[in-house]
Amino acid sequence: MKNEIDRGGAHHPLIELTLARLREFLREPEALFWTFVFPIIMSVALAIAFPGSGVKPAVVGIEPGDRGAAIRQALAATQGITIRDIRPGDEERALREGEVHLLIVPTDPPAYRYDVAREESHLARLLVDDALKRAAGRKDPFSAREEPVRIAGSRYVDWLIPGIVGMTIMGTSMWGIGFSVVQTRMRKVLKRLIASPMRKHEFLLAQIGGRLVFLAPEAGVPLLLGAFVLGMPIRGSMLSISVVCLVGALAFGGLGLLLASRARTFEAISGLMNLAMVPMWVVSGVFFSSSNFPQAVQPIIQALPLTALINALRAVILEGAGTAGVWRELAVLAAWGVVGFGVALRIFRWR
Amino acid sequence: MPAVTCDQLVKRYGAVVAVDGLSFSVERGECFGLLGPNGAGKTTTIEILEGLLEPDAGGVEILGLRWRTAERELRQRLGIQLQETQLAEKLTVEETLRVFRSFYHRGRTIDELLAIVELESKRGSWVGRLSGGQKQRLAVACALAGDPDLLFLDEPTTGLDPQSRRQLWDLLKRFRQDGGTLVLTTHYMDEAETLCDRVAIIDHGGMIAQGTPRDLIAALGAPRVVTHSGTLEDVFVSLTGRHLREE
Repeated sequence: MKNEIDRGGAHHPLIELTLARLREFLREPEALFWTFVFPIIMSVALAIAFPGSGVKPAVVGIEPGDRGAAIRQALAATQGITIRDIRPGDEERALREGEVHLLIVPTDPPAYRYDVAREESHLARLLVDDALKRAAGRKDPFSAREEPVRIAGSRYVDWLIPGIVGMTIMGTSMWGIGFSVVQTRMRKVLKRLIASPMRKHEFLLAQIGGRLVFLAPEAGVPLLLGAFVLGMPIRGSMLSISVVCLVGALAFGGLGLLLASRARTFEAISGLMNLAMVPMWVVSGVFFSSSNFPQAVQPIIQALPLTALINALRAVILEGAGTAGVWRELAVLAAWGVVGFGVALRIFRWR
Repeated sequence: MPAVTCDQLVKRYGAVVAVDGLSFSVERGECFGLLGPNGAGKTTTIEILEGLLEPDAGGVEILGLRWRTAERELRQRLGIQLQETQLAEKLTVEETLRVFRSFYHRGRTIDELLAIVELESKRGSWVGRLSGGQKQRLAVACALAGDPDLLFLDEPTTGLDPQSRRQLWDLLKRFRQDGGTLVLTTHYMDEAETLCDRVAIIDHGGMIAQGTPRDLIAALGAPRVVTHSGTLEDVFVSLTGRHLREE
């Protein structure tokens, strides 16, 4: 009897559970919307925020004064500087809110007013100072030969897209698993399932498996938009990128199960999810490099799954690394996935 | 060897004693009913038998096996329907059965299960769109998926209309005819009289009376029987001293 298993026309439980999870998800219109539409919205927003050309012009304002017209004339001919007209009396506000990067007080010699904490203000100061001195008749001791090159993949947007992909994989894996598990628990379906001969690990694996199917659109849409609309280079192989995304999704699947293993209400799971994800949005280098944080906390930051995923994605996409080149990150992700799954299996609340 | 034996079961929740020294046994092929008002300890008792709760004291043997040592085999051989089970609303009847059937190593086909519970025409309907009776029959079909030797049902007809109740009773009678053993809880006396060979009346976690419905009614004594033919409800009310409690 034991060696001849008759499932009466049904597939292996792992397959049936995964299919059930998938079907439930596909029949949930809101969930579907967020999975497929969110990455598109995110990517389109990026495309609008970062149009093809790289460098933004320095925006300067000129305060009222006798020499204002002469300064305006000198700057108008200079590339990379945009003069913004400001209502008299409104200069301080414009500077404070970043509407202009630099204010010129048209005295003789002129004065520059700017916020020293802003990078773009320093750039504006250098450009304006150079243009005005040149217009005043400065003789340059030499004129360097310019050799402009365009290195694909060095723009901020190129750096940002892998971060967005990592963040999307984290968010959809965690929310997708967390909410469905808690809902199943609240409706006492879990209790009914463990009253059957279902194997517990198969149920938990199916929760992760049901999510992996959506990995292709979730990661693929921003990557394709980045590559074909924003001109982000993809230097690594599709296989390496897929492996990194897959291992990342498994890591966050395990973590999602762990967070959902005890929660009995949506409020509880939402709190846990935010507690886990918000710090990673900040420190793991989605929008700015995680190296901005002090050396002392770097070991912790580097051990976080989102840091590992994003670093691996950037290495593979932008630097053309293979899976061997990101083995450290893959190991960190695998550890999170395995430990999360293992602990979840032990402490999971089935009723 | 009996299908179920339990000996001096005790289960406490903090200061509340839900089950207080219950002992009984159920023979193979028998239908045994646990009767009692709401809060009497019926569900706690049946969930201990089902291996979902651990008793604080006392022993349980199911089909001659113990939960601690033979859980996997027992799960394969039992059918369980929980009180107010909700199945996934957005799966169809057939998909739900496929999931449950996949857990068992033997048993009926999906088509046979659909025929037994008369849900062939609802095969492709979402569970969330079934009536209460249809949902309950599906829950029983899930319990029957592994062709169980022993079926546990916790208040199988609570909240159903009379027709749905009859339909479910007929289904359970057929399971009996095929040699299956049935343990159910109910607070409907007519259900116990119709289905059960023996009943145990429990209240406050303890056994008040045990026997066949006929013996219990007969033991009630002559005076009542003179006025009208006795029912299990008379027995129940005279033993617990009150009508059924509302939750």
